[in-house]
Amino acid sequence: MNRSLAERLYDDFISQNRYMYLVRGLGNTVLITVFALLIGVLIGVIIALVRVNYQQSKKKRIPLRIANLLCGLYLTVIRGTPMVVQLMIMYFVIWASGAPIMIAIVSFGLNSAAYVAEVIRSGIQSVDRGQTEAGRSLGLSSRQTMLHIILPQAFKNVAPAIFNEFIVLLKETSVAGYVGIQDLTKGGDIIRSITYDAFPPLIAVAIIYLIIVICLTQILHVIEGRLAKSDLR
Amino acid sequence: MISVKNLYKTFHNASGSVEVLKGINCEIGKGEKVVIVGPSGSGKSTLLRCMNLLEEPTKGEILFEGQTINAPGVNIDQIRAQMGMVFQHFNLFPHLTVLKNITLSPVLVKHDSPQEAEENAMKLLKRIGLEDKAGSYPNQLSGGQKQRIAIVRSLAMKPKVMLFDEPTSALDPEMVGEVLEVMKELASDGMTMAVVTHEMNFAREVANRVLFVDDGQILEENEPEAFFSQPQHPRTQDFLSKLLK
Repeated sequence: MNRSLAERLYDDFISQNRYMYLVRGLGNTVLITVFALLIGVLIGVIIALVRVNYQQSKKKRIPLRIANLLCGLYLTVIRGTPMVVQLMIMYFVIWASGAPIMIAIVSFGLNSAAYVAEVIRSGIQSVDRGQTEAGRSLGLSSRQTMLHIILPQAFKNVAPAIFNEFIVLLKETSVAGYVGIQDLTKGGDIIRSITYDAFPPLIAVAIIYLIIVICLTQILHVIEGRLAKSDLR
Repeated sequence: MISVKNLYKTFHNASGSVEVLKGINCEIGKGEKVVIVGPSGSGKSTLLRCMNLLEEPTKGEILFEGQTINAPGVNIDQIRAQMGMVFQHFNLFPHLTVLKNITLSPVLVKHDSPQEAEENAMKLLKRIGLEDKAGSYPNQLSGGQKQRIAIVRSLAMKPKVMLFDEPTSALDPEMVGEVLEVMKELASDGMTMAVVTHEMNFAREVANRVLFVDDGQILEENEPEAFFSQPQHPRTQDFLSKLLK
């Protein structure tokens, strides 16, 4: 086993196009992350709206109470159990017949929704009450006020936090290998199992994650800077 | 146009409940300009906010053109579309341009076409000399400009009555005049107005009637001349003497 580093790198990445494990893996990682975040934001907004509605309404009707209760339960369960466990339950118990990638997207999406919901809820609550009053006094319904006045401002307030959730989610998808998905992490692991050489593939995986996260963080800073500039309130 | 009958309002908070309005009765006739004055915490803003149900009355009745608006089943959005309101802190929508601020509700609520709404908005902006600000965002404007645009935003709905909740209290002194000017112009156009304010000169000049509210009740109600020269109630005398010193 006294090979030079160059030989090891050749074996791990070049020979038989093994670098493709990483490329394909990265593709899956990005795919899962992007679509999971979309699902997360969509469901997160709905949960946030239910919870804000419940907090603000004076007459709490029964359907709203039930919806709020379900949302609360959802947040507790999702945030109170590990992501890997949720993923495995989805894969082996709930949706055993689904395509692994779909299962991963849905699982990560449902998980992300719980965190995004709280972020958006805080965003909605950070918008001044006077905005709602101005909207309503102009004759807008509560739904129109939420859609045209509150939500755009709420999203602007929490854009950095949601982008941050994107970064967190990207790293969290590294457990997708548990249900047989070849994501970036699994790709490196496969190379390791073929060549019996752990160091280069795993370090390569780590470096790829790191580079992506650093780039995303830079973008985040730009977004924050722009928002701060346009926000002279 | 607006009748308030035996209005009570109690606020509940963590430390108990506060009765802010204790049996208010008043009328605002078509074309009338009613100015509501009183010490802070007297309930005058709450009274105004009850008139378009931004605050829900605890007891009593609010009528708009003969219709009880705080009855169950009333479409309050339709009523509010006919009542403009101007706030102390302007409450312009910071994420929308000045033009969009003005056209939003005509388009959404009255289903005006966007062109129609924009033409009307530009006319209104021209009237207050701010047509060059149509594309600006609220945070690029001075307080006085913001408040004038907030007034125009309400006017774009062609309301039958305008409610003003301390419209000049948050302004720098040198900007109070330009806002009052717009309000005076509106008054002389015949708009029905209810104004909560500390601007006594405005009350004297514009009001048909002045209401003095203290401790949740209307203690005195008179024409401005008589109200300022011969206040009857000792609380009114006390309030005015402190204010006009």
